[in-house]
Amino acid sequence: MHQDSIIREPLLLGKKTYHQVTEDVARPVEGKANKYWWALFFLAIIAWLWGIGCMAYTVGRGIGVWNLNRTIDWGWDITNFVWWIGIGHAGTLISAVLCLFRQRWRLTINRSAEAMTIFAVMCAAIFPVLHMGRPWLAYFVFPLPNQFGSLWVNFNSPLLWDVFAISTYFTVSIVFWYLGLIPDFAMIRDRAKTKSRKILYTLFSFGWSGRAKDWQRFEEVTLVLAGIATPLVFSVHSIVSSDFATGVVRGWHSTVYPPYFVAGAIFSGMAMVLTLVIVGRKVLDLEEYITIQHIETMNKVMLTMGSVVGIAYFAEFFQAWYSGDPNESFIYLSWNNAKGVYGWAFWSLIICNNIIPQILWLKKARRNLYITFILSIVINIGMWFERFDIIVTDLYRDYLPSDWTYYSPSWVEVGIFVGTIGMFFTFFLLFARWFPFIAQAELKTTLKSTGDLFHNPPRHPKSSDFESDGFHAEHASIETVH
Amino acid sequence: MANEKKYWKGLEELNESPAFVKARDKEFAKEVPIEEFLGRESITTSNTSRRDFLKYLGFTVAAASLAACESPVVKTIPYVIKPEEVTPGIDNWYASTFFNGEDYCSVLIKTRDGRPIKIEGNKNSPVTRGAVNARVHASVLSLYDNFRAKTPYVHGGESTWDLADKEVGAKLAAAASKGESAKGNIAILSSTIISPSTREIIAGFIEKYPTAKHVTWDAVSFSGMRKANEQYFGKAVLPSYSFDKAKTIVSIAADFLTNWISPIEFSKQYADGRRLSKKKKDMSRHIQFESIMSVSGANADTRIPIKPSEEGAVAYNLYAAISKLAGSPVGNVTSTPYDEQISKVAAELWSNKGNSLVVAGANDVAVQSVVNMINKTLGNYGSTVNIDRECNLRQGNDEEFAALVNDMKAGKVEVLITYNTNPAYTASAALGFKEAYAKVPCKISLASSVDETASTADYICPDHNYLESWNDANPYAGQYSLAQPAIAPLFCKPRHEGTRCAQETLLKWSGAEITDYYSYLQNYWKKNLLPELSDEGGGYLITNAWNSTLQSGILEKPIVVNDSERGSSELAQANISEAASKIVNAAKGGIEVILYQKTSIGAGLQSNNPWLQELPDPISKVTWDNYITMNPSEMKDKGFSLLEEDNHVASVATLTLNGSSIDLPVFPQPGQAKGTVGIALGYGRTNAGRVANGVGANAFPWVQWTNNTFQYYAAGATIASANKTYTIGATQTHNTMIGRPILKEATLEEYQKNPAAGNEEEKIKTIEGLKSLKDVNLWDDFDKKSPVNLTNNAENLGLRWKLAIDLNSCIGCGSCVVSCTAENNVPVVGKSEIVLVREMHWIRIDRYYSSDMSWEKAKEQDITESNREYAMMIPSTDNPEIAFQPVMCQHCNHAPCETVCPVLATSHGSEGINQMVYNRCVGTKYCANNCPYKVRRFNWFNYYRDEKFLEVNPAQQSNELGRMVLNPDVVVRSRGVMEKCSLCIQRIQVGKLKAKLDSRQIKDGEIKTACAQSCPTEAIVFGNVNDPESQVAELIKDERNYLLLADLDTQPNVFYMTKIRNKDKAILE
Repeated sequence: MHQDSIIREPLLLGKKTYHQVTEDVARPVEGKANKYWWALFFLAIIAWLWGIGCMAYTVGRGIGVWNLNRTIDWGWDITNFVWWIGIGHAGTLISAVLCLFRQRWRLTINRSAEAMTIFAVMCAAIFPVLHMGRPWLAYFVFPLPNQFGSLWVNFNSPLLWDVFAISTYFTVSIVFWYLGLIPDFAMIRDRAKTKSRKILYTLFSFGWSGRAKDWQRFEEVTLVLAGIATPLVFSVHSIVSSDFATGVVRGWHSTVYPPYFVAGAIFSGMAMVLTLVIVGRKVLDLEEYITIQHIETMNKVMLTMGSVVGIAYFAEFFQAWYSGDPNESFIYLSWNNAKGVYGWAFWSLIICNNIIPQILWLKKARRNLYITFILSIVINIGMWFERFDIIVTDLYRDYLPSDWTYYSPSWVEVGIFVGTIGMFFTFFLLFARWFPFIAQAELKTTLKSTGDLFHNPPRHPKSSDFESDGFHAEHASIETVH
Repeated sequence: MANEKKYWKGLEELNESPAFVKARDKEFAKEVPIEEFLGRESITTSNTSRRDFLKYLGFTVAAASLAACESPVVKTIPYVIKPEEVTPGIDNWYASTFFNGEDYCSVLIKTRDGRPIKIEGNKNSPVTRGAVNARVHASVLSLYDNFRAKTPYVHGGESTWDLADKEVGAKLAAAASKGESAKGNIAILSSTIISPSTREIIAGFIEKYPTAKHVTWDAVSFSGMRKANEQYFGKAVLPSYSFDKAKTIVSIAADFLTNWISPIEFSKQYADGRRLSKKKKDMSRHIQFESIMSVSGANADTRIPIKPSEEGAVAYNLYAAISKLAGSPVGNVTSTPYDEQISKVAAELWSNKGNSLVVAGANDVAVQSVVNMINKTLGNYGSTVNIDRECNLRQGNDEEFAALVNDMKAGKVEVLITYNTNPAYTASAALGFKEAYAKVPCKISLASSVDETASTADYICPDHNYLESWNDANPYAGQYSLAQPAIAPLFCKPRHEGTRCAQETLLKWSGAEITDYYSYLQNYWKKNLLPELSDEGGGYLITNAWNSTLQSGILEKPIVVNDSERGSSELAQANISEAASKIVNAAKGGIEVILYQKTSIGAGLQSNNPWLQELPDPISKVTWDNYITMNPSEMKDKGFSLLEEDNHVASVATLTLNGSSIDLPVFPQPGQAKGTVGIALGYGRTNAGRVANGVGANAFPWVQWTNNTFQYYAAGATIASANKTYTIGATQTHNTMIGRPILKEATLEEYQKNPAAGNEEEKIKTIEGLKSLKDVNLWDDFDKKSPVNLTNNAENLGLRWKLAIDLNSCIGCGSCVVSCTAENNVPVVGKSEIVLVREMHWIRIDRYYSSDMSWEKAKEQDITESNREYAMMIPSTDNPEIAFQPVMCQHCNHAPCETVCPVLATSHGSEGINQMVYNRCVGTKYCANNCPYKVRRFNWFNYYRDEKFLEVNPAQQSNELGRMVLNPDVVVRSRGVMEKCSLCIQRIQVGKLKAKLDSRQIKDGEIKTACAQSCPTEAIVFGNVNDPESQVAELIKDERNYLLLADLDTQPNVFYMTKIRNKDKAILE
C-alpha cells in the first residue's frame, strides 16, 4: 500500500470522490464542445490543409521548391523531424520511466503526454519521407525481400537505424497508451446514453469487464510495457543523434550527442506537455487535477534537463576550441558561428535554452502559470533552433571554403512545418474531445493515499466519500500492486 | 458529267421479277429463327445463371479494356538500309576543324548513331596537339540550337533558295554593271577566313563582280599588331609563338591562355614549359602586367597591376631598360610607378636572352612596335617568336572596316554581304555602323542565325553549322587541316527549306561551274595542296591520299620563306620614336574601362549556348552575367556591396563614358588595378536566342577608335551608384582558404631543394603531442597491421583507377567542366538555380585568393582567436595570388557517403570507384551532407521535364533538337536522385570491352575520363595505378602528391600535386 507523507501537497485538490473523478473526466467527452474548441479546431484544420497543399506541391514538383542547396542538403525538414521526435519524448518518459519510479504525480498528465507523443511522432514521421527525393520509393528503406537477389538495406546507415528506432517507439508508445485507455473507455461505455456512443466505446474498450483478472492482467502488461518502453525513451533520440554523430561533418561528429540529444528531447517534451496541459486544465476545467504542484514538478524536470543540455553545449564549445582543429572552428557552438551570418540562430538557441530557463531556479516562477506557459513556448523555440543550428550551421561552413553557402527556407518549407503543427493540434483537440483526458482509473488509486481527502479528511467521513460508482469496486486490487 | 450508266447484278434485277423484288428487301434469305431459339426449353433451364452472365460480361469488359490499354509506344526508326559505318551503340570519330573566326582548333568529333555528341582534341595536329577549350567543347551544342535559321529569308519573310538566289543575283548584276568606277559598291564583310578554298571562292566572286571587294574585320581585333609587323617586316602578319621554349614570359595585358591569338595552342605550350617531374625540375617564369584579373594573370608567378593607359609606357620602359643592358640605351619617355620592377624584369629577360618572350595585348601599333623591338633586342626571333611560320588567325583590318563603314554612310555601297560577322552587335559606336548599315540598299547576311545584323538584312542566306559542312583551314603557314561534316544538315527539306553552306552560296552567285563545295574543295586541294590527287596518280591514289588526310585531319607543308620582304632595322628605329610619342599621348584619366573577353563567352559568338553561359568564369566564378569588375578597396569607398559572406546581391552602378552609360552590377575583383574597371564583351545580345537574349549588357559600343585601330579600353569614365541591386549567380562566394591546407604550394627554389616542399605531412594534435595520421588511425588494427592485409591485397589486384591532378599545370580554364557536362549529360539549371547554389557540374574548379592575413600574422597583430579566421577570409585586394583546384568526386576508399546511405544506392566498386546507383537512390541526401568535398549533386527537379528549365537545359527544349546532343551511354537522371562524377565509368567499360575483344591488357592512356582527355594543359591524368608502366603509377610516387583533406582518412583515389610558384626572385618587393 502506497502512502504519501501527510506533509506533502495533495496530488488531487477539491476533495474528490471516485464518482466525482469519473464525472470530471467524462464531462468533456460527453458534453458539447465550446466555441473556443471550435475556433482552435478550425484554425488547426486550416493549417493542416495548407501543409498538405505544400506537401503535395513538394511531391509533385520536387524538393527544388525548397531552398536547400548543394552544401546544405538538410534544412527545415530534418530540423522539424528532430524537433517533433524530441517533443515525442516526454510522453513515454512520463508514463513509463516515471511509472517504474512510482512517481504518482504523473497520473494526471500521462494520458495527454502520451497522446502528444503519438501525435508528435506522427508529425515527425512525415519529414523523413517527404525529404526524400523520391518519396514514392520510401519502402526501399525497409528490409523487404525483393527480386533483386542480394539487394538489401544498409545496416551501417544511421538513417536505417532511425527507421527501426522510430517505428518501434511509435508502436510501443501507441500500445502503451491504448492499454491505459481501455478501462477509461469502458467507463465511458458504461455511462453512455446514446446508442452510437455505446457502440463506439464498446469497440474501443475491447470488452473490458472490470473483473479482478482484468485488472491483474492490466497491471502486469502495464509493468512489462513500461519496462520495454523505458529503454526506447533513451534509444530513439540516441539513434536520431547518430544521424549526426556518425557523420564526418565536423560539429556533427561528436560523441556527446546521444545523451545530449536525450536530455534535449526531454527538455523540449516537458515544455510541450506544459504548453498543452496549462491550456488543457483551464479549458477542460481540470485545475484540481493538474495542480500547481504538477506544474512545479515538471518545471524541475525541465530545469534539470536544461542544465544537462547546457553542459553539453559547453562541452561542445570547449572541445571545438580544445581540439585546435581549424575545421572545428566554425561548428554550431563556436565564436565564429556566433559572429557569422547565422549568429541570430546561435543566439536564439543560447537565449531560449540557456539564459531564460534560469528563471526556474525561483520557486515563484516555477509555480507561476503565466511564466511557465511563456517559458514552455520559449524552450520549444530554443530547442527548434538547437536542431536548426546543428544541421544548418554545421553544414554551411564545412571543410572547403569554396563550398560555403547560406540557406533560408522557402514558403513551401515553412508551410509544411505549419501544416504539421496544424495536424498535431487537430489530433490533440480531437483527442481532448473523444478520449478521457486523464487516466482516471489509475488516478483513483491516489484518492486514498495522496488526494485532498487523504490529507484533509472530513471531520466525519461519510462512507459515500470513498464510495466508488460501482464500476471501480475492485479498485483495491490496484493498490496492492503499487 | 454524271455517269448515267446503270449496272445490274443479274437478269433478275434487270427484269425486276416479283420474286426478286420480294427477296431484295430482306437481309437474310431465310427467316431468322428467333422464335424457335427463345422457345427452346433449354434456355430457361440453362445453368448459366444471370449471375454467371454478369460475371462473364464483367470479365469480358475488363479484359477488353485491359487489352485496349497500350504500353507507351517508343518510336524507333530502324535502319532499313544500314549505313556501313554506323553501328548502334558504337561511336564513330571524325577528324575535323573548329574555327569560328576566333579560336582555331583541330578536333575529333564523336558521333553516335549519326549524331555528333562530343568534341575532343586532335592529337595529330602540331598546332593544338589535342588541346581543346571550353568554347570548342560547347560548340557541339550550338549545332542543335533551335534558334538557328532554318530557311532563307527574303525581306524578313521565310522564303526559298530559288527566290533568294534569283533576287540576289539580279541585285549583284545590277551593282556590278556600273563598271570599274563603282569599285566597292559590292562588299563582302567577314571575320577572319583561314580557309584557303573559301578565299579562292571569294576571289572568284570578285572576278565575276569586278566592283566587289572583300573586307576582313574581327570583333576583337589584332589589326594593330599586324600593322606593327608590316612596318617592321614589310608584311602584315602575326608571328607564331613558342611559349614552351621561353624561360621567361612577360605579358603586357595579353591573356594568351584564354583569348589572345591562339589560346588553345598557347595553353598547351605554356603548360609544357612549366610542368615539373623527377626529370625536369625547372619551369618557366611568367610575369604579367595587366589591369583586369585575367586567367593568364592568375597563373603568373608575378603579376603587376597597371592601368591600360600605361601598357605602352610599361612596354617602352621595358624596352629602354633592356636596350640599356644591350649597350645601346634609349631614353625613357615617361616614367611609371613600376620602373623599378620593370628594370628587374628587364634584367631577368636579359639573362634569358634568346629564350624569353614578351607579348602585349594592346591592339596598338605603337605598343606592338615596341614589343617587336624588345623581342628583337632579346634575340627571341627565331626561337620563341617565329615570323616565318606566320599565323593566319585574326586577320581583321580595322582601317579597311572603318573605310567600308564610311563608304556605306556615303551611300557608295549598294550590296553588302556579311559572312560570319555580326557588326550590328560588335561594332564600336564610334563608327556608327547601324546608321551606315541602314543606308545600304541591299543587305545580305550569310549568318547561321537571325542575329542582330541579319535581323535587319534584306536577305538571310543561312550557313551550315561547322559540324554539317566541309571546310579547310590554314591557321599557320604550312599548316593545313580539313573539316568534314559529321551529320547531314539538320534543317533541310521537306520540313524546312534548309541551310546551305556559305561557300556554295557564293559559288552559286559567282555562277561557277562547280557549285558543289565538296567537289570544289577537292579540286582546290588537288590543285594546290595534294598534287598526289591529280589524275596521273590513278584512282586508287586519289582516294588514298585524300582519305588519309581526311582521316588525320591534318596536312603539313614546308614553309617557303621570302627574305626579300624583311624590313630594315633603320626603319624600325624610326618607328620606335614615333611609337614613343604616341605612347606618351595615350588617353588616360578618370576611370579607365577595360573591355575584356570572358573565358566562356568570348566575343559572344556562341552566347546562345547554355553550357557556356553556365560555365563559371575562372576568376569571378560568376555565371550567366557580365558585370563591372572593380577593386574591392575602391568599392568600399563608394559604398558598393562587397558580396561578402554568401551575399549574392550586388550593387548596380552606372558607368558613364562620353555621355553614354551602362548599368551593370559591380563585382569586387581583387587584383583589379585601381582606377580601372573591367566589363566583359559578348553579353547584352538582343537577337542571339532564348538563352542569351537580355543576359548582361553590351560593351562593344565603347570600343574606341584611336590611331586607326580599335582600342579595347577607354579612359575618362565615371561611376556612380544606380541605387539598385542585382542578384548575381556565382558558384563560389568564399575566396580564401582561411589557413587550411587545402591547396598546397611551394616556391620553385623550395621545390628544387626538397621535392616535398609545401607538402609536409599533416600532424594530428593529440594529448601526446603531434602525431602522424597513421598513428591515430581508427582503422589501424583492421586495415593496416593485421597479418592478412585484406584491403591492401584487394587494392593491389586487377584494375585500380586513380586520377592525378597537377595543380601546377591547371590554369583554371574550365575546359574540363564543359567536357564533363557534354559527356555525362549534366543538366543546365539556369541562373535562378545557381543563385540558390544548385549548380550541377560534376567537376568544379575552386579558385582561391591569397589573404594578407595568416595565423602567424594574426598572432603577431594580437587579433583575438575568434577574429583570426574572419580576417583570413578577406582576400588581398591589391594583388592576390591565385590558385585553381579542380574538385570532383574523390572516390574515397573509406567513403563517408557510402556508409550513410540507408538503401545502398552508393557503393564501392572493386576497381576503387565510388558508384552511384540511380535506380536505387531514394534521395535522402545524407551522402551529400556527409561528403567533405561537397561534390555530390542532387536532382532538385526533373531537369529534363520541368518547365522551369525549358529555356536552358539542352536535354529539354521545346522540340527534340536539343536532346540530340545527349550521350546515349549515360542515363538522364530523374528528379530526386543524387549524382556525381563517375570517373566516366561508361568510358572505362568501353575500354575494358575493347581490350577484352582483343584479348589483351588495357594500355595506359587508352581510357581517359572526359576531364583528363580535354585538359589542354594535361593537368588531369587518369589511369590504372596497378599498371606499373602507367602515368598515374609514376605520379603517385612523386613527392608532390597529396590527398585532399587527408586528415579525415577518407583515402581518396583522386590525388593532387602541389602547385609550385616560380617567384623566388621576387620582383614585387
